[in-house]
Amino acid sequence: MTSVLEAHGLGKRYGRRWALRECSIDIPAGHVVGLVGPNGAGKTTLLKLASGQLEPTTGGITVLGGRPAGGRAQLAKVGFVAQDTPVYAGLSVADHLRLGARLNLRWDAAMARERIARLGLAPAQRAGKLSGGQRAQLALTLGLAKRPELLILDEPVASLDPLARREFMQGLMEATVEHEFSVVLSSHLVSDLERVCDFLIVIVDSRVQVAGETDKLLATHYRLTGPRRDPDRLPADQHVISASHTERQSTYVIRTDAPIHDPAWTVTGLSLEDLVLAYMDRRTVENRRVALEVRR
Amino acid sequence: MIWLTWRQFRGAAAMTAAVLVVLAVALALTGPGLSSGYSTGIASCVQSDSCKNFYDQFFGTYQLPFLAVSLVVLLLPALVGLFWGAPLITRELEAGTHLLVWNQGITRARWLTVKLGLIGLVAMAATCLCGLAVTWWSSPLDKSAPEELALMAPLVFGARGIAPMGYAAFAFALGVTVGMLVRRTLPAMALTLAVFAALQLAMPLLVRPHLMPPVTGTFELSESNMDHFGIPRHGAGPPDIALKDAVPGDAGAWVLSNELLDPSGRPIAGAGQGAPIEVSTTSGPCAPSGGTGMDLCLVEINRLGYRQQATYQPLERFWPFQWIETGIYALLTAGLTWFSFWWIRRRLS
Repeated sequence: MTSVLEAHGLGKRYGRRWALRECSIDIPAGHVVGLVGPNGAGKTTLLKLASGQLEPTTGGITVLGGRPAGGRAQLAKVGFVAQDTPVYAGLSVADHLRLGARLNLRWDAAMARERIARLGLAPAQRAGKLSGGQRAQLALTLGLAKRPELLILDEPVASLDPLARREFMQGLMEATVEHEFSVVLSSHLVSDLERVCDFLIVIVDSRVQVAGETDKLLATHYRLTGPRRDPDRLPADQHVISASHTERQSTYVIRTDAPIHDPAWTVTGLSLEDLVLAYMDRRTVENRRVALEVRR
Repeated sequence: MIWLTWRQFRGAAAMTAAVLVVLAVALALTGPGLSSGYSTGIASCVQSDSCKNFYDQFFGTYQLPFLAVSLVVLLLPALVGLFWGAPLITRELEAGTHLLVWNQGITRARWLTVKLGLIGLVAMAATCLCGLAVTWWSSPLDKSAPEELALMAPLVFGARGIAPMGYAAFAFALGVTVGMLVRRTLPAMALTLAVFAALQLAMPLLVRPHLMPPVTGTFELSESNMDHFGIPRHGAGPPDIALKDAVPGDAGAWVLSNELLDPSGRPIAGAGQGAPIEVSTTSGPCAPSGGTGMDLCLVEINRLGYRQQATYQPLERFWPFQWIETGIYALLTAGLTWFSFWWIRRRLS
């Protein structure tokens, strides 16, 4: 299977600060990929690198086998809906569709018109007067009607109310089913992605922490609860993601491919949200581990 | 892309067009009258040898509209840079719409080409037409203007001919480039204005005088190059002469330096300054009691060897200078355009 996005040692630096570093991922085609991480973790940087808005400082990235924004053919294959779903405030909804039709090699005018009608947007309405949800839908329509092989969405629902969020995601999912394209979308909320993503990338502190199909991730991560125990006494194939301790009890989130046989542990599965939170919590775990060692 | 550029630009274009049409109509209605008034005036003044008075009176009548239209042509390029150039990219960057349009099926280079090309050409066409129309309208006034407002004078030169077109192209490219670097509309507009104004001042002060080697000449003193010539009554002192920035026989020349030389060839006064002339006022042609009048005194001063020495650019160099200056601005524009393409590919995002 071909990759939609392949990055090797990808890094982007602004002045002295690395917005993204040592990013090596390989996303196979046909997935709805969720990119999660706290604000400022480097999600937008990665997506802008993928759409060719930014040039990498180090490493390389190929999207659908080509250099991002490397020409008209590449631009036609990749759709991008930017953060806060910008549209031209002075242009009407119909003007936006016309813009799409004139600026794209393949443009599904019927689909765009039909979608706008279904959403109940008046074509003569100025885009500046649309609500946040309507604007996001208009931007999504532009992204969809160019019929990309990969659609990238950067925090598309961040500023929407819960109802508009659900409608947006629903619309996106219907389109993926109908037209079979890959999607990469970012959010700082797992709940936005939980129902739609089948591939997850967690990015924290400008580094990719984990990437994989959600099923596989859920099948290899566990929460262990039991008597207090130091992390270095866990089996070597159990990688600690996060840990918390009380006087007598330890709770670990671990990743392992092997079954867990230790009867001292109560083993439970994780929800996607817990899994992501464990990775986001990782830095604090490392700090805490140091503290434990000091106490000993 | 042309459609989108036009769709975004048409409001500004329509407003500018409306203003320029009003100006053009006003010029077209008053131009012929101005021109016929000038030719009948010249025809009658030649007979009575009173053309200097006619020039002063004719120019005085139309001084206000003359200054107004010149100001419009001078300001037009700056307005183009400020309101068309600077916001062209910053408006997209501020609204984030560059991310929308750069992810449609056209490259950034093409996007910029159409934007720069279409709006730049409109700006150039508008200022060129405006400049030429004003040149046509004001030609009788330019012929009768005093030397500080003659065709070659710095203030007027930039408001005539094709130079405004060069200024507009440059101001537009400057606005776009500054906008790309600064990324915010208001600071970009301020910086564009500052840089453009600085260049518009530097050009006539530092560059234009040297576009062609200026002519230096020594001239006898006469009414055409003297601002002031006085003989104190009762022999209270020597006669006093001040030069004006004009050279005899080359009306409308742009005088760069102007000095009064004494008989030994030593400069004794610059332009506008009075200088005493060492000539006897107790006897001879310059004695007030002699009753011989000013003319003979001037002949005597010239005979003694007092001269005007002037460095100047003759009026006939107006069009060569227009072409050279437009060429310089075209080169600057090309440089900025190249830079903006380089920047949008490499750095801007």
